[in-house]
Amino acid sequence: MGNKAVIVENASIRFGTHNALCKVSFQIEEGDIATVVGPNGGGKSTLLKAILGLVELNSGSIKIFGQEAKQVKRTDIGYVPQIKTLDRSFPALPIELVATGVLGFWPQKFDKKLREICLDALEKVAASHLSKRPLSKLSGGELQRIYLARSIVRKPKLLILDEPATGIDQASEYDLNSLIGKYQEESNATVLMVTHDWEAAYHHADYVLMLNCCQICYAPPKIAFEEKNLRQAFGHIGHKHEMIFGVKRND
Amino acid sequence: MIEIFSLAFIQRAAVAGILIGFVTSYYGVFIVQRKLSFLGSGLAHSAFGGAALGILLETEPLWVALPFTIIISILIVYLKEKSKLSGDTSIGILFSLSVALGIIFLSLKKGYTSDAFTYLFGSILSVQKIDLLFSLLLALLSVATFFSQWKKWAYATFDAELAQADRVSVVKDDYLLSILISVTIVVSIKVVGIVLLTAFLVIPAASSRLISSTFYQMTIYSIIIGVLSSFIGLIASIQMDLPTGAVIILIQTVFFIVALILSKK
Repeated sequence: MGNKAVIVENASIRFGTHNALCKVSFQIEEGDIATVVGPNGGGKSTLLKAILGLVELNSGSIKIFGQEAKQVKRTDIGYVPQIKTLDRSFPALPIELVATGVLGFWPQKFDKKLREICLDALEKVAASHLSKRPLSKLSGGELQRIYLARSIVRKPKLLILDEPATGIDQASEYDLNSLIGKYQEESNATVLMVTHDWEAAYHHADYVLMLNCCQICYAPPKIAFEEKNLRQAFGHIGHKHEMIFGVKRND
Repeated sequence: MIEIFSLAFIQRAAVAGILIGFVTSYYGVFIVQRKLSFLGSGLAHSAFGGAALGILLETEPLWVALPFTIIISILIVYLKEKSKLSGDTSIGILFSLSVALGIIFLSLKKGYTSDAFTYLFGSILSVQKIDLLFSLLLALLSVATFFSQWKKWAYATFDAELAQADRVSVVKDDYLLSILISVTIVVSIKVVGIVLLTAFLVIPAASSRLISSTFYQMTIYSIIIGVLSSFIGLIASIQMDLPTGAVIILIQTVFFIVALILSKK
């Protein structure tokens, strides 16, 4: 048994009378890739926010590298948020966004060293040519790569991604998954990713957490994506289950 | 032209105009980017309630308006955080309450209440040394925040959750920003007037946004536009014998139109 990067025990979160998360328990070993799947409103993003220390638990506990979420060193966690929350009216350049990953605040000016570090991170995600293009002019796929550069620039031990494939085309999604995989291989980082893409979850993850406010299962993909689990999480699942096993592409 | 600057009240007006132009356009970038234009207007009207209470109590209105407006700003953030109401609804409720209280306070005051009109429409030419001192202290404090707080406020303005995930104390910083915006509004109302203050908070920052590719650039350009339009507006208003606050806003609007044209190129 390796060291645990994330230990979640009986985590419950209530917003008023709504149970957003109900007694969720799982553990991720260092270097593993875990994905979280479930229907909209199923508590996936809430779980990530709790792990990031942004939302308080009503009961249970979360430990990251053996520490409380808020006590973990800032640079140990790289976070890629949903791009749909981005305010595109904010005047910013990709290199500035990447710099926040290094500094932990918004940059005023760049010295040579900071610029090099940021450009190097952008290079790793094949986006150095975008460093000075306004964020408002970037496509979803380009923006997602910038966010990935921002998260890996600090060389995190835990990479947390919230629906990175949402709003980007299939080619960009493939690129993004390759880049995440490459970083994970090079650094042996732990990856926790919320995704609606079952195929990516099935093929790339070591473990899948299936969530519909309550925990349906936490298991290797082959077990997690069994039909009974999918039905419990999503209700009617159409033919999508066939796709993930590679039977059909486009039902 | 130069002779008019030998007059003490013109000197005070020029310094006050530049200082107020600076602080309002500095905080204006956060107001514009956080889509809080209504907050500026709401707090300015809240200050009216405080100033009216000061007039009723026959004390310096600004001394009452200051804590009154700060309390209202804290209540706005608190109400937004703790209730399911949106920010603009919280502002709408508290701003209406403050104006209503202001009207009641003035109605209780026996005799002439011309002071109230000074706060409604501003009077840059009647600025006293004490007003200048407040403006200077506020400007110095704002310069200090440019080096200590700007980077955290900017980060939270871009994405509060991302900033929080990086351990930025967003809620605490938001309270500080709200309090400083309240102080800016109270210090500015005697010079600019409650009715016209929103323009000072919004137009320089909005003009700057049109021609800036970074938030840092937006902040610097906004300050330049704010200070320049105050200075040019003051001189133009004296030359043309027109109300200063209104002329400054016309100059700000000229900057906005130029920025709009430049941004389309």
